[in-house]
Amino acid sequence: MATHIPFDQAHAPEEIGDKTQRKLWLEVLHEWVTTVDHKKIGMMYIGYALFFLVVAGFEALLMRIQLAVPNNSFVSPEVFNGLFTMHGTTMVFFVGMPILFGFGNYLIPLMIGARDMAFPRLNAFSFWISAFGGILLYYSYIGGSGLYGAGSAPDVGWFAYAPLTAKVFSPGHSTDYWTLSLLLTGIGTIGTALNIVATIISMRCPGMKMSRLPLLPWLYLVTSGLTFVAVGPLTAAQIMLMLDRYLGSHFFDTQAGGSAVLWMHFFWIFGHPEVYILVLPAFAFANEIIPVFSRKAIFGYPAMVAASVGIGFVSLSVWAHHMFTVGLGAAENTFFVLATMAISVPTGIKIFNWLATLWGGKIQFTSSMMFAIAFLFQFLIAGLTGIMLSVAPFDWQLGNSYFVVAHFHYVLVGAILFMLFSAFYYWYPKMTGRMLSEKLGKWHFWLFLIGFHLTFDFMHVPGLLGMPRRIYTYEADRGWMIWNMIISSGALVQAVATLLFVYNMVWSYFKGPVAGPDPWDAWTLEWATPSPPPSYNFAETPEVSSRRPLWDLKHPDDPDSDYEIGPSHRRRAKEESA
Amino acid sequence: MSDVAVAPSGANVAWNPPARGIVGMVCLILAEASIFIIFIVAYIYYIGKSLNGPTPKDVLSLPIFTSICLLSSSLTVHAAVSALRRGRQRLCSLWLAATVLLGGIFLAGTAHEWYDLIYNHGLTISTNLFGTTFYSLVGLHASHVVVGLIMLSLALWFSLRGQMHHHHSEKLEVLSLYWHFVDAVWVVVFLVVYVLGR
Repeated sequence: MATHIPFDQAHAPEEIGDKTQRKLWLEVLHEWVTTVDHKKIGMMYIGYALFFLVVAGFEALLMRIQLAVPNNSFVSPEVFNGLFTMHGTTMVFFVGMPILFGFGNYLIPLMIGARDMAFPRLNAFSFWISAFGGILLYYSYIGGSGLYGAGSAPDVGWFAYAPLTAKVFSPGHSTDYWTLSLLLTGIGTIGTALNIVATIISMRCPGMKMSRLPLLPWLYLVTSGLTFVAVGPLTAAQIMLMLDRYLGSHFFDTQAGGSAVLWMHFFWIFGHPEVYILVLPAFAFANEIIPVFSRKAIFGYPAMVAASVGIGFVSLSVWAHHMFTVGLGAAENTFFVLATMAISVPTGIKIFNWLATLWGGKIQFTSSMMFAIAFLFQFLIAGLTGIMLSVAPFDWQLGNSYFVVAHFHYVLVGAILFMLFSAFYYWYPKMTGRMLSEKLGKWHFWLFLIGFHLTFDFMHVPGLLGMPRRIYTYEADRGWMIWNMIISSGALVQAVATLLFVYNMVWSYFKGPVAGPDPWDAWTLEWATPSPPPSYNFAETPEVSSRRPLWDLKHPDDPDSDYEIGPSHRRRAKEESA
Repeated sequence: MSDVAVAPSGANVAWNPPARGIVGMVCLILAEASIFIIFIVAYIYYIGKSLNGPTPKDVLSLPIFTSICLLSSSLTVHAAVSALRRGRQRLCSLWLAATVLLGGIFLAGTAHEWYDLIYNHGLTISTNLFGTTFYSLVGLHASHVVVGLIMLSLALWFSLRGQMHHHHSEKLEVLSLYWHFVDAVWVVVFLVVYVLGR
C-alpha cells in the first residue's frame, strides 16, 4: 500500500474566506455555538483557555504586587485567600486542561487522517459543559454576598483540604461554587478524553497502524487514559464533599469519626496524575516540533512510546509524595519516595531522545523551536528540584514553602507554558492560514524567558529561607524582601511578554504573511490540508504507509516506508536477495 | 503541494479498526470504575469506625433474591443482543422486557431495603459513618441501575415499535456492556457491604 493524499484544490482557502466575510455576525455566532466540527470546538477550547489564562495571570499579578514589599496592604487577607484559590483552580482546570484538549481536538483527527472526532456531538457537549464550569466558578465573585469586597469566591486553596471545606468552617456558598464547577468540568473532561481515545483507536485512516501513529496522538492516548483514572477519584471526592455539606454525611467530618487525611489521599490520587495529564501533551508538542525544526525524524520512536506509557503507569503510584508531612509512616514514605524517583527514569529517556533528535540536525531557530529548546532546559531543572522534593526528609523541611511553589511553577510555566507557546507558533498558521510574526515572536521569547527566570529561579530562595506559601504578607526583618521584589518584577516582565504575544496573535490574523498548506516543510498529515482546513478535512480519506506520510510524498525515491521493519520490509529484502 | 496520487499497490491490507461505540463505552466504564473504587475504598476504610449505632450487623440482611435477579439480567440482555444479531426482533423484545423486569425487581428491592432502614431502624446518611458510606455507595450503584433501566426501556420501546433492526445490534451491544458493568459492580458492592462489612 502506498501513500495517497489527495489535495483538495476545489476548495482552496481564498474561496472559503470570501464566503465567511459576507456573513452577518449573528450567523457567525450561531455557527460557532451550534458547531460540532472538531476544529471549531478545538479553537473555542483554546480561546476560552486563553481568556482564563489572562484572568488567572492577572490574579497572579495582584498577588505579586501584594507580596512585593513587606507589610503591604494592597489586598486584604480575605481577598488574598480568594486570589490564590482562584488562580490555582483556574490555571489547572480552566487553562491547562482546556488548552491541551483544544490542541488535541484540533490536531488529532487531522493527524490521523480522519474527518472528525469519533463522537462530534459529545465533543460539543463536553466543551460547553466545561465552559459552563468556568463561568460558574467566576460567577462566585458576583453571586452570594454580591460584588462588595470579594463576593463569595472560593478561598480554601486549590486542593481544598478538609475540614476547612466543612459547612462550619466554610459557611455560605463559596466552597459549593468550587465543588460544582469542578464536578461539571470533570464531566466535560471525561467526555473529551473518551472521545480522543475512541478517535485514535477507531478513526485512523487506512495504513495508520499503531506503530505508525504520530507521537502526538500516542501521547494524547496516554493522557486520556490517565484522565479516566484521575478525574474519577476527583469526581467521587467532590460528590462526597457535596454530601457532607448538604446531606450531613460524615466522610471528612472528624467529629463523627471521619478522616481529613482521606480527602488528601483522594485529592492527590487525582492531583498528581493531573500533573502528567498536563505535561504529556506538552511532550506531545515537543515530539512533533523538535524533529521538524531539526530536519530529522524523531530519535527512538518506540522508546518514546514506551516511556510515555511508563510515565502514565508510574504516575498513578506517587500521589502521597504530596503528603509526606502528614506522617504516613516509614514504609509508606519509602514506597512513595522510590516510586517518585522511579518516574524520573522514563522522563530521562524522553529528554535524551529529544537531545539525540537535535544531535547532528540542521536546527532552524524559529520562535517555535526556541520555546521548545527552552522547554527542554527548564523541564530538566524542574525535574531536578522534583527529585530533591521527592526525598521525604527534605520535603519535611521545605514542604508548603515557596521552594515547592517554585518547583511546580517551573514545571507548569517553564515546561508546559513554554511548550504551549511553541505549539502556538507552530500550528497557528494551520489554524488561521497566516504566519505569526517572527520578529514579535523573538521579542516574546526573550522577554518571557527573562521574566520567567527572574520570577521562578529566585522563588526557590525565599523557600529555602523558610517563607511559607499562601501567606498574604510578611515582616520586613525576615530577609525575604529583596527576593520577593525580584520575583514580582519578573512577573511584570512576563505579563508584558504575554501581552506582546496576544498582540501578535491579533495582528497576524489580519496582517501576517499567508502561510500556505505546509509552511514548515513538515511530515504529518495535518500539513496535507489547506490552511485553514475545510470543514471535512480531507476530500478523500488518505492512505499512509509510514510514520511520515508527507516525507514519503515529497521524496518518492526514498520513502520512510522502505526503512520500516515489518512484512513489507521483509518482502522487499526477499525481493532484493532474489 | 501537488496531488501526487499513487495508486494503492496490489496487496491492500484489510482495515478494520475497532468499533468506536465499544471503545467509547470501555473508556466510560474505566472512568466510572475509578469513581466506584473511591467509594468502595471509603466504605472499607470506615468499616467499624462509626461512633454510634446502628451497625451493619444489626440492620443489614443479605439481598439474595434481588441480587440473583440483577445478575441474571446480564444473561437476558446478552440474549437480547445475540437475538438481534441473528435478526430475530421479537425474541429481542422479549429478552429486553425480561431485562427491564429483572432490573426493576432489583430496584424495588433496594427501595424496600432503604425504607426499612430509614423508618424501622432509623439509619440515615447522617446517622453515622456506616450510614454515610452505605447510602452513598449503594445509592451510587442504584443511580447507575436507574440510568441503565431508562436506556433499556428506550431500547425496548423502539424494539416493540419494530424500529430496531439487525444493523442496530452494535449499538445494543454498547448498551449491554454498560449493563454488564453495572452488574459486575454489584458483585463487588455485595461482597464489600453485605459480606466483608457485616
